[in-house]
Amino acid sequence: MAKYKMHVLVCGGTGCKASQSAQIVENLKAALADNGLQDEVQVVTTGCFGFCEKGPIVKMMPDNTFYTQVKPEDARTIVEEHIIKGRKVTNLLYTDPETNEHVSDSKHMGFYKKQIRIALRNCGFIDPENIEESISRGGYEALGKCLTEMKPEDVIQEIKLSGLRGRGGGGFPTGVKWEIASKNHADQKYVVCNADEGDPGAFMDRSIMEGDPHCIIEAMAICGYAIGATKGLVYIRAEYPLAIDRLQIAIKQAREYGLLGQNIMGSGFDFDIELRYGAGAFVCGEETALIHSMEGQRGEPTFKPPFPAVSGYLGKPTNVNNVETFANIPVIITKGAEWFNKIGTEKSKGTKVFALAGQINNVGLIEVPMGITLREVIYEIGGGIKDGKEFKAVQTGGPSGGCLTKKHLDTPIDYDNLIAAGSMMGSGGMVVMDETSCMVSIAKFYLEFTCEESCGKCTPCRVGNKRLCEMLTKISKGNGTMEDLYELRNLAAVIKDTALCGLGQTSPNPVLSTLDNFWDEYVEHVVDKKCRAGVCKSLMSYEIDQSKCVGCTACARNCPVSAIKGDKKMPHTIDTAVCIKCGACIERCKFGAISIK
Amino acid sequence: MTKVKSLADLKAMREQFQSNLDVREKSNNQEEMVQIKVAMGTCGIASGAKQIMEYMMEKADGMKIRAVFIQTGCMGHCNAEPTIEVIVPGREPVVFGLVNNKKADEIFEKYIVNNEMVDGVIAINNEVADK
Ligand SMILES: Cc1cc2nc3c(=O)[nH]c(=O)nc-3n(C[C@H](O)[C@H](O)[C@H](O)COP(=O)(O)O)c2cc1C
Ligand code: SF4
Repeated sequence: MAKYKMHVLVCGGTGCKASQSAQIVENLKAALADNGLQDEVQVVTTGCFGFCEKGPIVKMMPDNTFYTQVKPEDARTIVEEHIIKGRKVTNLLYTDPETNEHVSDSKHMGFYKKQIRIALRNCGFIDPENIEESISRGGYEALGKCLTEMKPEDVIQEIKLSGLRGRGGGGFPTGVKWEIASKNHADQKYVVCNADEGDPGAFMDRSIMEGDPHCIIEAMAICGYAIGATKGLVYIRAEYPLAIDRLQIAIKQAREYGLLGQNIMGSGFDFDIELRYGAGAFVCGEETALIHSMEGQRGEPTFKPPFPAVSGYLGKPTNVNNVETFANIPVIITKGAEWFNKIGTEKSKGTKVFALAGQINNVGLIEVPMGITLREVIYEIGGGIKDGKEFKAVQTGGPSGGCLTKKHLDTPIDYDNLIAAGSMMGSGGMVVMDETSCMVSIAKFYLEFTCEESCGKCTPCRVGNKRLCEMLTKISKGNGTMEDLYELRNLAAVIKDTALCGLGQTSPNPVLSTLDNFWDEYVEHVVDKKCRAGVCKSLMSYEIDQSKCVGCTACARNCPVSAIKGDKKMPHTIDTAVCIKCGACIERCKFGAISIK
Repeated sequence: MTKVKSLADLKAMREQFQSNLDVREKSNNQEEMVQIKVAMGTCGIASGAKQIMEYMMEKADGMKIRAVFIQTGCMGHCNAEPTIEVIVPGREPVVFGLVNNKKADEIFEKYIVNNEMVDGVIAINNEVADK
């Protein structure tokens, strides 16, 4: 077999694929072939590197050179310069925003320095469509160890000792969940992987499945062995075609290698996995709704208890875990609970994957130890706020979470601290906001999302959230009163107390946490009729400075609704009742006479 | 294709496939390994840098030395090509010129293994070489 001297890794995650990374691979291969290097240099399509801000990423190994924002036409330059002549292509290197120097080795980039990669250990390192690469990295050895050297109780004990908690949002101890499922006896049990990932902006689970699908298969089989289940189901949204594709390939390969199917590794244990597709409803991520959806019923939640561990899919004991939770399992088995235990805080062990988004320099996928502070995440890994603006808040936990502010910058991030701060871990979305974000509008954005996604089964959520949303709209239009602010709180409390499922029980959180942290801003909207961020259009008005206007008529001619009146060479005025605040006039005025008040 | 019939099977398979990922595994732990940078400018290639790199890769494998080979641009010693820079963890980088197979053997057997100096060292200013 040819021994490659160099490997070129190209990100084939959904993000980089959208920016033509498949074409880069083609071009690299063509350029290598033209130079007779196809047997010396291997081109590998991998999963996400995480540094999506600067994708597509191409990584050269063994010298670890990290090229960013590569275009298909750069492929030939990379081959001719880097590979043939050994010269780095400097204009593709990452430039450190602080020192303005090129950084070629990703290990020295602020983005990677503080990360610890457990769940993402193979993402961006192996070819996810090649089981041999997974096996070379120890894939399926944890399963082998469980099947040959451990009893199911030992496996559960190890997971319990590790302190692993569910990464799907709730943070329930995984080992305890497995133990409950194992103690419920039935002729058939199920292992379900929740790959619904419905939070707006979240792509952690997708990236894991795209980058390392075998680790999910392995972990599900381990879970099956531990609880006594022989069937696994992955509930994945149909909007994730690439992840579905890679999972299917991985399942097929695992079967061919005898790592799924009957009598795995000669142990007598049988396990197989099927995929089930969801239509992308947020509520179907809730485990009871998810199970109903898999059964072919309406994707609506039902009251717990009974918990799925007692009566789940087809009424059988079912263990539901999140993708990232599963991704941690094989490592815990191989390296031991004690190793895992050392990472993180007292009550939150290990790492958490976050999808960094919003007004931050390094948008992307990161994995950090629990207990890291928000400051480290935003300023060291995230590279600070875009355009040198000021940090205002970060939203965690998606539609169920809340906003953290400057005063939380040094709070160690873990399940309990986030809840104490009025937010939650959620599945790992982190949206960073700067001074130009209006907190009333943010709360409204999430409420609109919940109203859309509420299944409508129970009144507090169906009607209550709608009312909350209407009140927020009223406030952002400048028609709110102080009573509305108090009423927001009351109604939010009632919804939290009375909604049937987790969706409704947490949906008021974005409102409550912004009320708590940005009360002044709400009051400004209501009393002063002002939006300091300049987001709420109804609260803005455009004005022409009579002393600066020369009457050139440029604004009047460009106003789409003819709101500007005035004679030629005379100062003009805007009829604020007609004005739609589109800003066309400001753009046209050469004299800086128009301003927003 | 062979099925995995036991944990031992799987481990054997891992052994077998592992070398395919060697280049990648090594690049993540470069600092802990012997790094050998081979100057691959036009002059280096013309004087046989490619062949010497291949020779050294086999040599390292044969001697079971964990080494990572990196191609670099011209190091500016065009009169002494092929030139290689060897960084053994804990030691200062050393540049050797006019490397042929015999010299490569010496570098491995004497310098890398025993820290014995061999002829052909090119004096360099480390600060520049580090860049
Ligand atoms: C409205 C709603 C949406 C949810 N969406 C997801 C989801 O997309 N992915 C997920 O893993 N868990 C989701 N959950 C949590 C699941 O109900 C369940 O707790 C989780 O899958 C359990 O796995 P874990 O213990 O590994 O976290 C959601 C919960 C609620 C209430
Ligand atoms: S809380 Fe909302 S999503 Fe949940 S059952 Fe009630 S209506 Fe449906």
